[in-house]
Amino acid sequence: MQMPAPDATIIARKPRIVARLRQVLPPDAVIDDPAETRAYECDALTAYRCPPLAAVLPGNTQEVADVLRVCHEEGVPVVPRGSGTSLAGGALPTADSVILGVARMNAVLETDYDNRFIRVQTGRTNLSVTGAVEENDFFYAPDPSSQLACAIAGNIAMNSGGAHCLKYGVTTNNLMGVTMVLLDGTVVELGGAHLDAGGLDLLGVVCGSEGQLGVVTEATLRILRKPEGARPVLIGYDSNEVAGACVSDIIKAGVLPVAIEFMDAPCIRATEDFAQAGYPDCEALLIVEVEGSEAEIAEQLTKIKDIARRHNPVELREATSDDEAARIWLGRKAAFGAMGSINDYMCLDGTIPVSELPYVLKRIGEMSQEFGLAVANVFHAGDGNMHPLILFNANEPGQLETCEAFGAEILKLCVEVGGCLTGEHGVGIEKRDLMTDQYDPADLEIQMAVKDVFDPGWLLNPAKVFPLEVSQSRRARQIAAE
Amino acid sequence: MKPETEAALAEMISAADGPLFIRGGGSRDVAVAGAVLETGGLRGITLYDPGSLTLVVKAGTPLDEIEAALEAEGQRLAFEPMDHRGLLGTSGAPSIGGVVAGNISGPRRIQAGACRDFLLGVRFVDGMGQIIKNGGRVMKNVTGYDLVKLMAGSWGTLGVLTEVSLKVLPKPEAAACLLIHGLQDAEAVAAMSKALGSPFDVTGAAHTPSGVDGHPVTMIRIEGFEGSVSYRAKKLREMFADRDVRVETEPARVSAGWRWVRDVEPMHGSTGDVWRVSMKPSDTPDLVQALRSEGFVKSVLYDWGGGLVWIETEPGKDIRTTGLKGHATLVRASDAARARIARFQPELAPVAALSDGIRCKFDPRGILNPGVMTQ
Ligand SMILES: Cc1cc2nc3c(=O)[nH]c(=O)nc-3n(C[C@H](O)[C@H](O)[C@H](O)COP(=O)(O)OP(=O)(O)OC[C@H]3O[C@@H](n4cnc5c(N)ncnc54)[C@H](O)[C@@H]3O)c2cc1C
Repeated sequence: MQMPAPDATIIARKPRIVARLRQVLPPDAVIDDPAETRAYECDALTAYRCPPLAAVLPGNTQEVADVLRVCHEEGVPVVPRGSGTSLAGGALPTADSVILGVARMNAVLETDYDNRFIRVQTGRTNLSVTGAVEENDFFYAPDPSSQLACAIAGNIAMNSGGAHCLKYGVTTNNLMGVTMVLLDGTVVELGGAHLDAGGLDLLGVVCGSEGQLGVVTEATLRILRKPEGARPVLIGYDSNEVAGACVSDIIKAGVLPVAIEFMDAPCIRATEDFAQAGYPDCEALLIVEVEGSEAEIAEQLTKIKDIARRHNPVELREATSDDEAARIWLGRKAAFGAMGSINDYMCLDGTIPVSELPYVLKRIGEMSQEFGLAVANVFHAGDGNMHPLILFNANEPGQLETCEAFGAEILKLCVEVGGCLTGEHGVGIEKRDLMTDQYDPADLEIQMAVKDVFDPGWLLNPAKVFPLEVSQSRRARQIAAE
Repeated sequence: MKPETEAALAEMISAADGPLFIRGGGSRDVAVAGAVLETGGLRGITLYDPGSLTLVVKAGTPLDEIEAALEAEGQRLAFEPMDHRGLLGTSGAPSIGGVVAGNISGPRRIQAGACRDFLLGVRFVDGMGQIIKNGGRVMKNVTGYDLVKLMAGSWGTLGVLTEVSLKVLPKPEAAACLLIHGLQDAEAVAAMSKALGSPFDVTGAAHTPSGVDGHPVTMIRIEGFEGSVSYRAKKLREMFADRDVRVETEPARVSAGWRWVRDVEPMHGSTGDVWRVSMKPSDTPDLVQALRSEGFVKSVLYDWGGGLVWIETEPGKDIRTTGLKGHATLVRASDAARARIARFQPELAPVAALSDGIRCKFDPRGILNPGVMTQ
C-alpha cells in the first residue's frame, strides 16, 4: 500500500504551523513532540503507520473552525480522527499532515424523548450515546462491534453498521443532522431535528465520506425505545449451502429478525477453543435474534424454527434464559479476539447478494487452498455483509503481501457476483486501489467532483478512498497552490 | 423525446442545446420550460430477488407494475410512496424514477424510513450525457461516496435516472389502527409521541383536527404477525385508557384510512394552496396555531407523529414568514402564488453554495430541470 511522499516544504514549516495552532487552542490541545505524536501513527489497520506532523484536540466547533482556518492558510493536509478504530486506514496520517482528533468533544448537548432524538458532540463513543438515554429505556440503534471505543464521528464518516442493522439500518438511516466545518473554516448545518432535509440531501453524502468533505463536530441522532425483550436461536448445519438457503427462506417468510449472523467451520472451531461457548462442531452456524414481548418472540421463533427444521439442522437451540442467550452470543462476540489469539488476521467486509452466499463461500475455500492461507468467515448474513478473516503471520516475510493479494481477489469476487468492496468498514487506504474494479472512470470522476465542491484544495484526508493515480492531479493542485 | 435505452438517452442529453424538462409519469406537477424528455421508454424490471429483498428496475417503469410484481411475492415498497394525482389534479401513471427523484415517502417514513433509505443503487445520465452508476444492489455498501442519497430528492436536477435498485420488505400478515377521538392538536402530538416512544413499533401516527365526520381523530398504526398486532393494539389501548379509543382491524378499512393520510385526501379538489411542512413534532401545533390566528388556514393534516404537517391556506400566502424552524414546501399553488413564492424552502447561504456547486458539477450547462429546486 503506497502513500504519497510527504511535502518537505510543509515539514520544514512545522515550527510556524505549530505556533499558529497554539494561538487558537488551549496549550494542552496541540501535540507536536515526536514521542507523543506516535500515539496517532495508525488506526486499527496497524500494518501501516506514520506519525503526523502534529495532532490537535479541539474542544468545540469554534476551535475546530479555527484550526481548519490555520491549516487552510498554511496549505496543510488535515486527517480527522475519532477513536482510531478504523479497519481501513481511514485515520492513517501522513508525515506532512495534522491529525484533528475530536475525542475531547464528547458532550451530550440535548436529549429530547418526545421528539426522539439526541444531539451530541461527535467525539462521544457509540455505546455512551445509548448510555445517555438508557435509563429512560431508549437506545441508539447502530451497534458496531467496536462500539465501546469507536466515536460517532468515525461512525458517520464510515457509515458504520452493526449486528442489529438488519432491522434498524446503518448510521445513515439513523442520522438526522450534523454540524460540520469545511476546510476553510465555514460552519454548516445539515438536517436537524426534523425528518426531511429540504434541498439536496447533502447529509446523505457526508455520511460515509470518510472525513474527506468536512469535519463533523455535532450530530443529531434518532433514538428509539427499547423493545420489550430479545432472544436468539442457534442453528447448526452441515453445509454452508444449506445454511445460506435457510437465511433466504427466513427472509422470504416475512419474519424480520434483528440479526442473522453466520459463522463457518474454521471460525466455529477457533472461537470454541478460545471462548468455550458450547457451539456444536458443524460446518455452518446461524444465530438468529428476534425482538418483542414474550408472546411475540415465541410467535416469530416458531416460524423461524419451522423453517430451520425443514433444512435438517444438526443443532437447533433456543435460549430459555438470559444466561443461555448470552452464551449463544458469546462465541460470535469473541470471534475476532479468538482469531487474533491464534494469528494475525486481515478482516474484509465485502457485501454480496444473499443468494450468492453458498457460491462465494465455496470460492473463498478454493482460493484459500491456492494462496495457502486459512480463512474464517463470520458475518452479517441477513444483509450479505461478509467478514472473511484471512489468517497470516506478520513476522514471516511476504505473508502480509500474500494476504493482501488474497484479500483483493475475494473483494473482486464480491463485485463480480453483484456486490461491493465494503459494506461497513469503508475504503480508506485498504481498498483504495480496488475502486477501479467496482467503478468506471466517470463514476469516480463525479465522486471526486463532489469533494472538489466541499474541499477545493484537497486538503482533507486527501490520500484516501480514490486510487492515488486517479486523484493525482487534484492532490497536485494543492501543492502547486502553495 | 422519449429514449428507449440508456445509451440513446445519453446521446440526446449530450446533443441537447437548451433546457430539458424531464418527465416520468407527469403526476407530480413539477414542470419547467424546455424540451420534454420522457423516461417512459426506459421500462421494465431488470431483476427481482425476493430472497435477497432486492429489486432492480428501469426508472420509467410505472409504479403500478412494480407494486403488482411485489404483491405476487407478498412484498412491498415499505416507504409507502404518496400518489400525488388526487391532490394536484394531475393524471398519468407515476413512475419509479419520479418517486426516487422526489424522495417521495409516506406515513411509514417515521418507522421504516424514507425512499432514500430503501434506495440501494442508481444509474443515471448527467448533464453532459455521461452514464454514471453509484451504489449497487446489496443492502450494505459504503464503497465510495453515497451519491445514491444525493440523487434521491434531487428532482432531476443532477441527472436523469435510468435504473434504480431498491430494498423491498415482506408485507405484514396483519395491521390495526387505533383511533383516538377528540384530541386538540397539541394533545394529539403528545399522544403520538407517547405511542412512538413505546416499545410497540408504531408504523404510522397521524392526526386530523376534522375527520370524516368533522371531529378530531388521531390514528396510530401497527403492523406485523396476527398475534403480535393484537397484543400491541391491546397494550397501546391501555396507554390511552382515559381516552375515547376504538381499534380498527378490518384490513380494507385500515388501508383505506392510511391511503387517506398518505395521499392527503382531505385536501383533494379544494382550491387553497397546499404546504408540506417538516418540523420537530412538538413544534408543529404552535405553528398551526399561529397561522390559524392569522386567519388564512383552510385545513390541516398531521402525519409522522406531528413531524410533518400539511397545511392548506388561502391562495398566495407565504407561511415561511412565520419563523418556521424546519422547512416548508409549497406543493400545490395557483400560478400567481408560484410566480411569487419558491416551491422549496430557500437554503442558508453556505449550504446553498454547496448545493449550487454540486449542481454545476453534475450539470455544468444547467439544462436539467433548471431552477426546479431553486425558484
Ligand atoms: C474490533 C473491531 C470491530 C469493529 N466492528 C465494526 C462493526 O461491527 N461495524 C462497523 O461498521 N465497523 C466496525 N469496525 C470499524 C470501526 O470501528 C468503524 O469504522 C468506526 O466507525 C470507526 O470509528 P472511529 O471513531 O474509531 O473512527 P476513526 O478510526 O478515528 O476514523 C475513521 C474515519 O473517520 C474519519 N473521521 C473521524 N472523525 C471525523 C470527524 N469528526 N469528521 C469527519 N471525519 C471524521 C477519519 O478521517 C477516518 O477516515 C470495527 C473495528 C474494530 C477494531
